[in-house]
Formats: sequence, structure tokens, C-alpha cells
Amino acid sequence: ISDALSERDKVKFTVHTKSSLPNFKQNEFSVVRQHEEFIWLHDSFVENEDYAGYIIPPAPPRPDFDASREKLQKLGEGEGSMTKEEFTKMKQELEAEYLAIFKKTVAMHEVFLCRVAAHPILRKDLNFHVFLEYNQDLSVRGKNKKEKLEDFFKNMVKSADGVIVSGVKDVDDFFEHERTFLVEYHNRVKDASAKSDKMTRSHKNVADDYNRIGSSLYALGTQDSTDICKFFLKVSELFDKTRKIEARVSADEDLKLSDLLKYYLRESQAAKDLLYRRSRSLVDYENANKALDKARAKNKDVLQAETTQQICCQKFEKISESAKQELIDFKTRRVAAFRKNLVELAELELKHAKVILQNLNTCLFLKPHLIISL
Amino acid sequence: KPAEIMLDDDREDLFAEATEEVSLDSPERDPILSPEPTPAITPVTPTTLVAPRMESKSVTAPVIFDRSREEIEEEANGDLFDIEINVSDPEKVVDGSVIHNNFFFFFKTSLSMFHKNEFSVKRRFSDFLGLHSKLATKYMHIGYIVPPAPEKSIVGMTKVKVGKEDSSSTEFVEKRRAALERYLQRTVKHPTLLQDPDLRQFLESSELPRAVNTQALSGAGILRMVNKAADAVNKMTIKMNESDAWFEEKQQQFENLDQQLRKLHASVEALVCHRKELSANIAAFAKSAAMLGNSEDHTALSRALSQLAEVEEKIDQLHQEQAFADFYVFAELLGDYIRLIAAVKGVFDHRMKCWQKWQDAQVTLQKKREAEAKLQLANKPDKLQQAKDEIKEVMSWETKVQQGEKDFEQISKTIRKEVGRFEKERVKDFKTVIIEYLESLVQTQQQLIKYWEAFLPEAKAIA
Repeated sequence: ISDALSERDKVKFTVHTKSSLPNFKQNEFSVVRQHEEFIWLHDSFVENEDYAGYIIPPAPPRPDFDASREKLQKLGEGEGSMTKEEFTKMKQELEAEYLAIFKKTVAMHEVFLCRVAAHPILRKDLNFHVFLEYNQDLSVRGKNKKEKLEDFFKNMVKSADGVIVSGVKDVDDFFEHERTFLVEYHNRVKDASAKSDKMTRSHKNVADDYNRIGSSLYALGTQDSTDICKFFLKVSELFDKTRKIEARVSADEDLKLSDLLKYYLRESQAAKDLLYRRSRSLVDYENANKALDKARAKNKDVLQAETTQQICCQKFEKISESAKQELIDFKTRRVAAFRKNLVELAELELKHAKVILQNLNTCLFLKPHLIISL
Repeated sequence: KPAEIMLDDDREDLFAEATEEVSLDSPERDPILSPEPTPAITPVTPTTLVAPRMESKSVTAPVIFDRSREEIEEEANGDLFDIEINVSDPEKVVDGSVIHNNFFFFFKTSLSMFHKNEFSVKRRFSDFLGLHSKLATKYMHIGYIVPPAPEKSIVGMTKVKVGKEDSSSTEFVEKRRAALERYLQRTVKHPTLLQDPDLRQFLESSELPRAVNTQALSGAGILRMVNKAADAVNKMTIKMNESDAWFEEKQQQFENLDQQLRKLHASVEALVCHRKELSANIAAFAKSAAMLGNSEDHTALSRALSQLAEVEEKIDQLHQEQAFADFYVFAELLGDYIRLIAAVKGVFDHRMKCWQKWQDAQVTLQKKREAEAKLQLANKPDKLQQAKDEIKEVMSWETKVQQGEKDFEQISKTIRKEVGRFEKERVKDFKTVIIEYLESLVQTQQQLIKYWEAFLPEAKAIA
């Protein structure tokens, strides 16, 4: 369906769509989109009342190259003070890091679009089609300050409201259960994702240390005049290789574990939002009921109150129905995603560990020769 | 034969009951002729504790870390000797109001110069320092490289003295114990130092006079510091005409080596630190994953998540142990060598001082000769006595000059030999240690593989 391709500096994504749906003019086409446009699309979904009953796929996070850009700058400044090998090594490292971040952000944007396209209702959205098809720049400006401030207030109101609404006990057991589950799950996922982040960072630190040890051993080896120099050089090579692999391990862990958790953090947030909207509409419905009763008692504006109540009732029922389906889908999706990622994580860890072991063993295997040669 | 690091805490305490047993059947070994070494790990017979155990408030049952290193050194004249030294965990002893640690060390040898073949004595840390200072004063100025003793750490010692028992103070004690063991092993490897009577007394006698001059803030300590400062100033002012290129080259080499080792040491310490951090973070993540597994209502996924949590916990343990190895095997060796190189530099400095003395003696001799010549020329009868004195002094200065020259040559020769020995030792040490370290890495990886292999089917089982 959607297939995001490579990209350039200012985070532009080429969205390539292949589709057999009749609403599109062609079968295959691609457009160039920027991150802000993705956000616009997401927001348009959120604001659309009709979609209140669906879990809106969470927007991809802003691509963040600042950290690597900083490091690249520092590297450029420090160029004079490092030896040539160290410099090339660090440059390679940075490039790899940059590439990894890049791949990640592309993947996340792609996942967003795929989810939208996979959803039976959302995929029919007109904005979505425009997003995919419109050849020229959508000229979506990012939210200016005023709008951001508005957003901020809206969020605050929403969370206050959420607290009030959550006090309302739900008639439907399914939803009640889901709500408690989601709240707890969301918190725990947040916690796990934070810890997993720290873990991958530590892993990367260890890999960096191996790097430094490797270069020190190399320096020792080149300067030493005894037989041990060959030994040192071998060991420094080993450390280099190990470092690369350890860095990969940490990157993989990051990808499979941390990203998974982060994604589900956002998804569970979206699910919570859905529940919130439902409760909100329930409250509205109940309020409308009360208003209707009052109107009937006072016997004025009865018709108006009735229509409002009808609308609320309909809305509520529509949301409840779709919400149920959505939540069940959410669970299946979640289980499948975890399974896939955990399996991949374990397989990658195994693969890397075996390679490291092999390297260590080859290095050790050569030791007896070196000892005898002394 | 790779040395094994045994990290199990449940090795039985072989010295819990001290039984009386002196091996009477060890053959009298002639150092030159015996061809075989004794095996490294012999079934250790309980040795006699020479001093009765004092009232001990021990922290834990003394656990013995076997780091027996078998030494086979073939010197040019075919001497063989082997000595095995183990320093065991210290026990805390309350002596009045002061707590100090008694280190027991167990000594096993087949050399005939010692009275017994196996014995153990207890020593305090200050005893070790006293030994080192005695050896240093006797040998360093004539060119022998004396291994440096472990450093005093005021913070650590105060913690122990105050009786604080936490993980950092146990770590400190363990660090010290391992350092003392390495120190002793290195010292006895040195053939000249081994003959020294002070060392023998240290190793053999049951009670040593308390070495008070090693306290950091004592009068002797301050005197040492002043001397060190004076030496540093002198070094800057002495300009030696180096006639021997070998020495210049070697000095440069040692400078480079020092720098490199320091850098490496810093990197390894950073590794230890980060690995400890990693293990802490893994532990936190494991707990978090377990909680997540709890709240997950899909049973298979929940089980898989708890399995993940368990795996991560085990991995955390693994990393902790690896950090332990990182430190004790690798980092400490580097630290030791940095201090050793400082000792080597000290020896070179002594040589310079010796040269300086010689030169000074020559200058004085020259002056005295000139004075004598002047007096003889003047030929005044009242200055006759003075002239006679001058002649006597000239002769004594001549001998001094000769002595100075001889000393200088001697110290140069000794240094050459010592440096050669040092280099050989260094190469051997580094190789052995790095191999040990790599093997520890291998073990860690193997364990990692096992854990992940166990987890994989669980992950696949999520329906």
C-alpha cells in the first residue's frame, strides 16, 4: 500500500502509494511530504467528530537530528586535536548513528500511514486521499503560537474533564474493565519504556568504552618494541569488532524493545482518548436526558430537548459500538506486535552474542602461538 | 595453562578449624637441581596458625579467593624456585577501641632457605607498608626496582575503623586484600629481594614490631613528603650528560608507556563504571517489565513478558560479575603497572643522583688539588700543617671519586638487568591478565547465549 522511500536533509518523505481502489486517479503515484503535513493529517482526524469512535493512530514523533548534528559539529571542531584514525572512527560512528535515527523516523512515519490505510473507515477519509495524491505542497503551516496556546488550553480542559468523566461508572462491564486495564497498562508501559531507554543508552556507553580501550591498546601496540605488540594489536582489533557489535546490540534493543514500548505508549494513550470521548458522550447523553426531563417538567422547549437527546443517544451508541471493536482490535494488534518484536529481539541478541563469542574464541585461539613465540 | 578466576562464594572455609599439622615429608629441595614444579592447586592441608586467633568480630566467614600463581622462573644459572602465596580475607579485630584488619597470608614453598615449608602468619596493612619502606630504602638507591606497596586510602581506612559495614567498605577491603596478594607475589619473584633478611622476617616470624613510621601523618611521614619535594626540585636542576644512549632511550620508552597505560587505565575504569550502570538499568527495566507482564491480560503475552523480566534480571547479574572481573583482572593490573613504572622512574632518578654525587666529588677533588698546589707553591712554613691536611683530604677525595665512579657503574649495570627483568615480567603479566580477561568475556557471552536461547521459545509461544 504505502511505501516510504529514502530522504534528504530537511526531513522530506517520499510517499509512494500503490492502490487498486477506484477513488484514485492513477494506480501508482508518489508525493513528497514533510513531517508537519503528517501532523496536519493526524490532527484533522482527531478533530473530526465522525471519527470519535475510533482509535486514531498516534502521530509519529518529530524527527530529531539535533543530538547528532551537535556531535557532528563538535567533531568538526575537535578535528585538529585527534589522531587521524580516531577521527575517522568517530566520523563513521556518527554517520552510523545518523543513519539509524533516520531509518527509525522513516519507519515510524510509514507505520502511521499504514495504520490509517488499514483502517476500514479512516482509509476512506478525503483528507487522507488528498494527502496521498496532491502533487504539490500542501502548504500546511505549522501551528502558530496562538494555535499552540489554544491547543495547550484545550488539553488542560480535556484532562480536567477526563478526571471528572472518569468518575462516572460505566454501565457496560466490558468498557469498565477496559478502562481500568488501559489506565494501568498505560502507566506501566510508560515506566517500562523509560527504563528500556536508559538501558539501551548504558549499553551504548559500554560499547563506546570498548572503542576507547581498543584505540588505547592499538597505541600501546604500535609503540611497544617487544613481542607483545602483535598481541596488543590483535586484542585491539578484537575490541574494535566487539564494539561494533555491541553498538549494534544496543541499537537493536532500542529498535525492538524501546520503540515497541514507546509506540504502545502512544497507542494506549490514543485508546484512552477514545474511551474518554465515549465517556464524554455518555455524560452528554445523560445530561441531555436530564435536560429533557426538566423540559418535560416545565413543558417548554420539549422538542428541542428531545432532538438533542436523540442526537446524543445516537452518538453514544455509535461510539460504543465502534469502540468495542477498536479495543478488541487493539488487543490483537498489540499481542501480535509484541510477539513479533520479542521474537526478533531474542533472535538478534542470540545472533550478536554468537558472533562476539566467535571473535573472542578466534582471538584466544591464537594466544598459545603468541605465548610460545615469546 | 589459563588461570581460573573462582568467584563462588560457597567454597568451603578450609580454615575454620585450625588443626595442627606440619608437613614433615616435603623433601629437602636443592634449588638448583629440582626439575619439577609443584602443581598450582594442591589439596591444601590446613596449616598451623602461628598466632592464636584473637577475639574476632568478623564480618563474614573468611572466604578464600584462590589466586595461586605458580611461578617457574629459570634464571641464567638454572635456579628453580616456587613459592605460593595466598592472602585470605581479613578478619576484623577489636583492639582496645580501634578496629583493624588482620590479613592472614598463607605461604607455601619448597625452597630450602625457609625454615618450614608451609606456614601462615597474620599481618596488618601497616606491616606491609613498613616492609616496603625498608626494602625501598635499602635497595632503590642502588638500582633495584622495588615493587610499590598498595596505597593508603584515608577515606577507606576511616570507614573500616569506624566499623561501618556496607558494600563499599567490603569492596574496599577486598580491593586491598587482592592488592596485598599481588604485592607480595611480585616482591618474592625478585631474586635479590627474596634474599633480604627483612623480607624473610616479614614472611616467617610470628610477631613483628609495629611499624609506626608508616602512618601518613606521623613525623616520619611528613619527613618523607619533604624529602620527596626536595627530590623533585633536584631532579629539575640536575642536567646529566648522558653518555649511554640506552638509558635515554629507555627513559623515553617508559614515559610513553606510562602515558599509554594511564589512558588505558582511565578507559577501563570508565568501562567498569558504565557496566555497573548498565546492570543497574537492566535491573530497573526487569522490574518494570515484570509489572507490565502483570497488568497484561493476555496470558501468553503476560507470561512472555515475565520471562523477559527474568532473563533481564539474570543478565544484570551477569554484567555485575563481568564488571567485577573487568576491575579486578584488568584495571588493577594497569594501576599496578602505573605505580611500578613510577618506581622504575625513581630508580633512574637515583642513578642521576649517583652521577651527580660522583661529579660533585670530582669537582671537590679538583678544588682540593688546586688548593694543595697553591699551598705548595707558596711554600710558607706556617702553612705546612695546612698543606699536609690538604694532601690528606685530596687522597680521601680521590677515593671518593673512585667510589663514586664505581657506584655509578654498578647502578647502571643493575638498572640494565632490572629493566630487562621488568620487561620480561611485564610482557608475561600483561599476556596472562589479558587472556584471563578475555576468557571472562567469553564466559559472559556464553551465558548470555544460554539465557536468550531459553527465552526464544517463550516469545514464539505467544499465540
